[in-house]
Amino acid sequence: MSVTRLQTHLDRLEAESIRILRETVAECRKPVLLYSIGKDSSVLLHLLLKAFYPAKPPLPMLHVNTTWKFRKMIEFRDRVARDTGVDLIEYINQEGLRQGTDPVGAASKHTHVMKTLALRQALADYGFDAAIGGARRDEDPARAKERVFSLRGAGQRWEPRKQRPEPWSLFNTRLDQDETLRVFPLSDWTELDVWLYIRREGIEVVPLYFADERATFVRNGALLVRDDERVPLEPGEQLVAKRVRFRTLGCWPLTAAVESDAADLDAIIAEMLDTRQSERAGRIIDLDPTDSMERKKREGYF
Amino acid sequence: MKATSDERDDAALTAAGLAARLAALENRDTLRFAMCGSVDDGKSTLLGRLLAEAGMVPEDRLAQMIRDSKKHGTCGGAPDYALLLDGLEAEREQGITIDVAWRYFGTDKRAFIVADCPGHAQYTRNMASGASSAELGVVLVDARAGVQTQTRRHTAILAMFGLRRVLFAVNKLDLIDYNHARYHAIELECEKLAHDLGISHADAIPVSAIHADNLVAHSPNTPWYAGKSLLEYLETVQVERRTDAAFALPVQWVNRPDHSFRGYAGTIAGGRVAPGNEVLVLPSGQRSRVARVVGGDADLDSAGAGQAVTLTLADQIDVARGDVIADPAHPPEVAAQFACHLLWLDDAALLPGRRYLMKLATREIGAQVTEIKHRIDPDTQAHLAATRLVANEIGYCNLSLDADIAYRPYKQDRRLGGFILVDRETNATVGCGTLDFGLRRDRNVHWQQLDVDRAARAKIKGQTPRCLWFTGLSGAGKSTIANLVERRLLSEGYHTILLDGDNVRHGLNRDLGFTDADRVENIRRVAEVAKLMMDAGLIVLVSFISPFRAERRMARDLIGEGGFMEVFVDAPLAVCEQRDVKGLYAKARAGKIANFTGIGSPYEAPEAPEIHLRSDRESAAESAARVADLLTK
Repeated sequence: MSVTRLQTHLDRLEAESIRILRETVAECRKPVLLYSIGKDSSVLLHLLLKAFYPAKPPLPMLHVNTTWKFRKMIEFRDRVARDTGVDLIEYINQEGLRQGTDPVGAASKHTHVMKTLALRQALADYGFDAAIGGARRDEDPARAKERVFSLRGAGQRWEPRKQRPEPWSLFNTRLDQDETLRVFPLSDWTELDVWLYIRREGIEVVPLYFADERATFVRNGALLVRDDERVPLEPGEQLVAKRVRFRTLGCWPLTAAVESDAADLDAIIAEMLDTRQSERAGRIIDLDPTDSMERKKREGYF
Repeated sequence: MKATSDERDDAALTAAGLAARLAALENRDTLRFAMCGSVDDGKSTLLGRLLAEAGMVPEDRLAQMIRDSKKHGTCGGAPDYALLLDGLEAEREQGITIDVAWRYFGTDKRAFIVADCPGHAQYTRNMASGASSAELGVVLVDARAGVQTQTRRHTAILAMFGLRRVLFAVNKLDLIDYNHARYHAIELECEKLAHDLGISHADAIPVSAIHADNLVAHSPNTPWYAGKSLLEYLETVQVERRTDAAFALPVQWVNRPDHSFRGYAGTIAGGRVAPGNEVLVLPSGQRSRVARVVGGDADLDSAGAGQAVTLTLADQIDVARGDVIADPAHPPEVAAQFACHLLWLDDAALLPGRRYLMKLATREIGAQVTEIKHRIDPDTQAHLAATRLVANEIGYCNLSLDADIAYRPYKQDRRLGGFILVDRETNATVGCGTLDFGLRRDRNVHWQQLDVDRAARAKIKGQTPRCLWFTGLSGAGKSTIANLVERRLLSEGYHTILLDGDNVRHGLNRDLGFTDADRVENIRRVAEVAKLMMDAGLIVLVSFISPFRAERRMARDLIGEGGFMEVFVDAPLAVCEQRDVKGLYAKARAGKIANFTGIGSPYEAPEAPEIHLRSDRESAAESAARVADLLTK
């Protein structure tokens, strides 16, 4: 038995997210948790388990696999699914795979076909009416006005004018035919909150977030960690061992590493608290569709 | 925006220093505040400058802002701190500049969640989301102008949403030469405004966003001001978090993984709860004791307001989503009729009598506004007469629900007294409001139990009472067909009555016109009469244009599924207009009849009528035969 105390900021964020998750399950016909294996997904899953304890969460999680994720991510995903007992649906855009994917030569097409289209197909194929995602409002000024329950029209398009006010966080979940919802329980969290909560709760995250010596090479100015043989080194490129870590995780040829000594949570948070450089600075964002570009896309879409 | 502290320049935090900071960050609390001000009061500049001065903006972003200011800043090339907040292009493209923008920042003492409210005069409704969850209101005042209409309006909305503390940030002090007397006059004006609106705590700080006066540090320009800087104020202000309220938990989800566990999950609206506590379930009134308080993945000794928990009870009783589990010594009240304040959000007006869905805490229930007592002038608080509410208007109304709910007056408890209204046709969130008190009116009109009921009356007639609701454009053939159906039913020995729109308007409804509000009332009365006739055992034929889906649904709900048959008499407008039996289309086209269905007012075709007649493709006799056959089979 633990002793209760006055609610801290993290307590309040946690309670509100749990309320949003319960509301989604109570009101929506067929919800699903979008699981991307990243730190936000780890937090979401942790909250989901708390929200429905001692029951198993009454909804599955969906991972849209582009087939280019780090192997460590897939290992982590499968272990988490096994340990928690939450049903995992893996969705791969088979048509896209047949046509061939090329995250190196045609990054934005790859992302569109294997992530954006694939997600749309997956939601439509399974008939999910609410997809819970880990997006936060602080990720980008353009997200500052997004709702917690975001309404999507036909084709899952975001229609700004149809978004519903949410006074007292009373969520209107009624849907017309062809309409679906995206639900963002972490809307009010900042990146710092996410890491502080991971630390407080002892939530496991993919080890790629922590600095380690990894075989890196530089392409188009981005520091990449080679995860498999599908991308041959070009003349002049060579593998160099460096202490690096990742701030976001996606398709490995599209995710730039940063040099860092932050090998544990405290060090990662200390790095964040040093505000002399923003998290975006020093990163090759434009070459990294898993980050800014992709995120922007998701704002309209995710 | 990220948290930081005064230590941000210590590039290498010592291990002990880091541990202390992490502990502080983990234990800091939250302040949610709504920030309002007119368009030109410099709200974005103030927020941007505050963040920059507090060291919360990374250096590369500051540098970027200074570069951007030279290109498209509004300060003649000088740093434009508003640029730190805006994703302006994107917002303009999305057409949502009028929405509340949520901002996040923090210090080691507190995390701040800011509802940055739009300043435009006509967008009262957009303040709702921000003000409803705020613990503090921050209102910007231009020192040159003092309290303006906008200041009054914003403060009034904060008051309506129950804010008990407001900070007036008197900005642009440099433009009045840091004149103490002038500032003091504005301060008194603000205090009076807050007092008039029933806000118990009002504070003021003299600032200048452009010169960073009193934002983070005390400004040498205001030696006469001894109070806190803006950031100090935000970090330390005590906001009311009621700890004395009695326990109440709206049930959000019944958690039943197997037969061994039945838990009621929800967020505690107020008070504390512990195992062994007696509880009352509302509105049913059943009693039990709390067996376990489960939080996250462990049992708790007790839990308090704001916590998301799961309770198990000692007894097997019937508890569902929407019920409230409460302290029996101080339970929430139970009622179905209320006096409330209502802020209208939708472009389509609120019509008394129209049926909406209400959501309060976890309860969803049918609702209608039975009366608008008055509308409130947002600038003067004067009470104005009103028969409808349009977007951005605030009304004081009577609200009637389909059944009892548990609630607390909004002033006591936001979570059990704040509600939204949803349109059943468009699914839009059309209004939001606060319950002031329950009306006991319905308790004095007791339902008289009668020994002879509908079934008994129907039995001696040997028929099943029904309501055939003929809807369609004027001239589609409703009355002609309904008349033929009634003749056939009568000839076969059925007991019937035909309520015709035109005829009823000569008597029962002769006080009603053709505005949207009157059309709603017209249908409500006819549906009630049809129901009485069915209670008499009759087959009722209603022939009304009844152009709105919402009203036909109201009639269906009132009469009951099974007894209600919607008959859509369908003919294209052109055909009806060509027939123009009564010459009404010609008059409408000539502008002599306002709000004529099909011309000046819309007709919403049924989506799933029980019977669909195409009166342009078959004769009235054929149509009537199809309807009568269905009934007599």
